[in-house]
Amino acid sequence: MPVDRTALPEVGRDPSFFFPRIERHRLANGMAVRTVEHRSAPVVSFVLQVKGGSGADESGREGVTALTGDMLDEGTGELSAIDVSELLARIGAEFDIEVGPDATTITLTTLARFADRGAGALADLTMRPSLHQNDFARVRQMRLDRLRQIRDLPAALAERAFLKVLYGAHPYGHLSIGTIRSLDAMVVGDVERCHEALFQPALATLVVVGDLPHAGLLATAERAFGGWEAGAGETGIEETTGAADVPVPLAPSARLVVIPREHATQSHLRIGHLAARRGTPDYPALLVMNAALGGQFVSRINLKLREEKGYSYGARTGFDWRLGPGPFSLEASVDTNATADAIADSLAELSAIRGPRPASEPELALAKATLTRGYPRNFEKAQQVARSVCQLILYDLPDSYFESFVPLVSGVSSEDVTRAAARHLDPTKFATLIVGDQHTIEGSLGELGLGEPIVLAQED
Amino acid sequence: MHEDHHVPIVAVNLWYHVGSKNEQPGMTGFAHLFEHLMFEGSEHHNSGYFPPLQQAGAQLNGSTNTDRTNYWEVVPTSAIDLALWMESDRMGYLLPALTEERFETQRAVVLNERRQNYENRPYGMALAALTAALFAPDHPYHWMTIGSAEDIRAMALDDVQAFFRTYYHPANASLALAGNLETDEAISLAERYFGDIPTGTRPASVVAEASLDREVRIVLEDRVELPRLYMAWHSPAMFAPGDAELDLLSDLLANGKTSRLYRSLVYERRVALDVSAFQASREMSSFFLLVVTAAPGEGLDGLAATIDDELGRMSADGPTDEEMARAKAQAEACFVYRLQTVGGFGGKSDQLNAYNILKGDPGFFSRDLARYQDATGPSLQAAARTWLRLDRRIVLSVVPRGQVASALARSALVLVS
Repeated sequence: MPVDRTALPEVGRDPSFFFPRIERHRLANGMAVRTVEHRSAPVVSFVLQVKGGSGADESGREGVTALTGDMLDEGTGELSAIDVSELLARIGAEFDIEVGPDATTITLTTLARFADRGAGALADLTMRPSLHQNDFARVRQMRLDRLRQIRDLPAALAERAFLKVLYGAHPYGHLSIGTIRSLDAMVVGDVERCHEALFQPALATLVVVGDLPHAGLLATAERAFGGWEAGAGETGIEETTGAADVPVPLAPSARLVVIPREHATQSHLRIGHLAARRGTPDYPALLVMNAALGGQFVSRINLKLREEKGYSYGARTGFDWRLGPGPFSLEASVDTNATADAIADSLAELSAIRGPRPASEPELALAKATLTRGYPRNFEKAQQVARSVCQLILYDLPDSYFESFVPLVSGVSSEDVTRAAARHLDPTKFATLIVGDQHTIEGSLGELGLGEPIVLAQED
Repeated sequence: MHEDHHVPIVAVNLWYHVGSKNEQPGMTGFAHLFEHLMFEGSEHHNSGYFPPLQQAGAQLNGSTNTDRTNYWEVVPTSAIDLALWMESDRMGYLLPALTEERFETQRAVVLNERRQNYENRPYGMALAALTAALFAPDHPYHWMTIGSAEDIRAMALDDVQAFFRTYYHPANASLALAGNLETDEAISLAERYFGDIPTGTRPASVVAEASLDREVRIVLEDRVELPRLYMAWHSPAMFAPGDAELDLLSDLLANGKTSRLYRSLVYERRVALDVSAFQASREMSSFFLLVVTAAPGEGLDGLAATIDDELGRMSADGPTDEEMARAKAQAEACFVYRLQTVGGFGGKSDQLNAYNILKGDPGFFSRDLARYQDATGPSLQAAARTWLRLDRRIVLSVVPRGQVASALARSALVLVS
């Protein structure tokens, strides 16, 4: 039968999606464990998540949590940093430490036959890191050098300045790496204290996902972490959400900011303001709104800036979800000569979706379909499943959350989207930040009506 | 076709055996610009490629390198017909949908891609300088896949038509499906959607020789804080004898804290910020690349001397048994990790096509793994001795603007744009 090319083929019913069962356990020392069987490849993933991330850095100690995370694999017991690296390589482990604003997450993936060795290594590194002075000095210096290299990276420069403009002195207002000044002042004792406060069995959750039965996954966790004692005097420690409870500024400290980068062929843009918390009841409506506005290839912003105007290789909007209020922003690199036009087009789109030109029914249908129909592919790898379960814990979501996601998003109405956009986006508060060639662009910025730009020196 | 029923998705992956190696000087960047045009519509769906597929929950993308262009969709099982309809329509019926306006927009998008990923990125033009030095001007690996801005600006719509007719047809393509689909059904679907498209003539293979008979030193100025040293050697083509050995050598020399150069330069002496190496395996011939960034205040000469010593030691003594055990454990684990996804770049469907196009055997996975399992200390030592010679390489210093003097001695200044 020849193919009918007069119409696109119908798409069948969405396949049903079941998230694999999550088993909950608690070890005698208070540590929470979650296990999930995942049998598609002979692999096991361990993710240890502790509450507390860069938002918990004390003022003047910015970067201490990230530096502490970085120190975990620098030695434990008799093992030097080199020995640790050798140990992980011998089991082919993928090892990663991620310090976010609200949580610190350590991930170790290995072959299922090395599950016990992997869990044992993860336990030693997180419970008993050596934190030697000479390793501290080296790691701190590498981080200082990395901060110096940020001067070459437009996107990183923009992120750092954008957080500052949005959050001011709030504990979310710095990059997790910290600042040259704070790292210069840091001593190994700061790292020791940070480790002691953060890595407590009562604050930690271990998620184990892989090619073993639940009992086997749990036994592996028990063998590795069962001996973890709470630190002296720290039992019954209270969970603090820390940064999330600190009030954020009502508006950004500037409307238009330029970070000069001479002769840059593109301007890197960030446009946005602080918006909702991850826990907002408007979360599903905001996801749909963002998908229509700028969250994917087929969205207003990308179609405008890339496919219609050719100003950019790609432009996106997104929410940086946190326990406390997080940024909503647009990010794009645009042709230097099109900087002001691209900003004007962006601001127009960001404003229009609130009401003047709300998302149409076809746009909403597309947005919802992209969020829901492809959802199962997010759970293909053991590591994806494990990190997803960590999200449940961090944001206090029910274990049924992933199966409820599709109906939740499908139920969002166009009124929900317009109302959420009007509530959470405020065009009078958008901060526009440009890393680009000041001399070429400054003449055209006046047309934007955002006032005189504040020109930031490349601070550290 | 590969069945994997763990998640209700199917991966569609289509390779065309054409890349920037099929271009001529003056037309560089064409294969990649053409890839962009494949997303702008075809005769029976004469508008953007993304909307119907995103509406169906698909994830999709494409990419171009020196040797091939690939396109993929990951769709819910329910949308497999749609994905195959779309892929086959642009294989069979692209040209009627091509307009001057779409061409002009994508030219601008590609120029912006070039600015974002190369011009406005630190060290972003280093690989262009390296390949230009490694390969003669008429060798198809001389230029970067993104092409020169001048060539991109000069391309015309007429060029697109000839290119499509030469390279985009079944005789030059390979389709792989992986995921939640029965094999019989997959084969009949492929037949249904692609069976009517005229076969076309398989284009002649591109053949070109490349070698160096000396060390060439060059220096490139860039907007960077810290100087960086690149060393590059010609090396065996993908899957050729020695290719796996050089891949393993890259780990032993420079990847991870235990590697020889990381340990010495970054960990113990702290004269470098980072060091990395890889065997850039390609169809006609490969190159082995070593990259090291100087720590603040450190010069490139000292780094080069340490690297030369370590390369000399590897050639003279080979790796230790412990190093071999570690490198092979890591390589074997990587092969297992590659089995975790059906689609996208590097997923199982992409691997099937890589093996099919480049080895003529989609089931080459286990023999590919065997290349690593069969490697020995002496075979690595032989590869180091044969290929990583100090007198047959390109050494590129990338230095902050105005600091050409901080390059290795006797380096010739090069300009890339």
